Amino acid sequence: MKVSVLVRPKAGILDPQGEAVEGSLRKLGFEVSGARVGRLIDLEVEGSPDEARTKVDEMCHKLLANPLIESYEIELHDA
Amino acid sequence: MTPSSAPARVAVITFPGSQDDRDAVLALNNLGAQAVPVWHADEELPDVGAVVLPGGFSYGDYLRAGALARFSPAMEAVARFAADGGIVLGICNGFQILCEAGLLPGILRGNVSLDFVCRDVPVRVERADTAFTSRCASGQRLVIPVKHGEGCWYADDELVSELEENGQILLRYEENPNGSLRDVAGVINREGNVMGLMPHPEHAVDPLLGSPDGALILESMLDAVRERAAVPA
Repeated sequence: MKVSVLVRPKAGILDPQGEAVEGSLRKLGFEVSGARVGRLIDLEVEGSPDEARTKVDEMCHKLLANPLIESYEIELHDA
Repeated sequence: MTPSSAPARVAVITFPGSQDDRDAVLALNNLGAQAVPVWHADEELPDVGAVVLPGGFSYGDYLRAGALARFSPAMEAVARFAADGGIVLGICNGFQILCEAGLLPGILRGNVSLDFVCRDVPVRVERADTAFTSRCASGQRLVIPVKHGEGCWYADDELVSELEENGQILLRYEENPNGSLRDVAGVINREGNVMGLMPHPEHAVDPLLGSPDGALILESMLDAVRERAAVPA
């Protein structure tokens, strides 16, 4: 089963990368605000959707996200 | 011969991507210690009184700096060593690894400026009653170089208050080069046997290369190793 993990800087955490991206977009003439830069991790995991979610949740806790500064979201994709 | 006259033995771990391991070995040996190189795949530590995790870019800093190195066999041995009260010093990437491993509080994030910084910085020693600062005076100003892109230490309000209360913030920048919270340059664990710092004491041990102030931190650590060796088990 294909799974995507979206890792984001937690709300309220300073994100200098997001600010730099936002600044560049504004220089290009785009009116944007609230730019935040996170990370996308695609995985293939064996098992049922429930099993996959449980496993990936454990992966996030142990390695993929640092709970001090990051939140994560797990997306399961149909095979 | 008393046990304390033997040179302090210190393991220096090399991860794939470490780059300051040899400077750490050189600095420790020049200060009279016996540095013992250890490879990241080694599952056991040699018989040493302390461990140094050197600077560099272990595992390419992939995912988050230090996040992958913490799972190496040598780090599992270091975690056991630290749990038994062993002295562990993490420098730069070593500090990042210790934070990711949960052996030190907080996390190192990208510099607020987004720039890599490489220069001498003044830091203030907040406490001199630790295994890593006993040769310093409380409030002493040390000049030690930094060179990092991800040295912005962060912790949430609750954790920071706890650390301030416990006196775990050991070094503070007098000129903050990376935006770290409360100017934190180095922290120590609650038990007092694990310390991490972004500045590089191993690059500041010889007046010929600028400041010798880093030697005070390394020599404090070596004193602690020798003192412990002198105490009969």
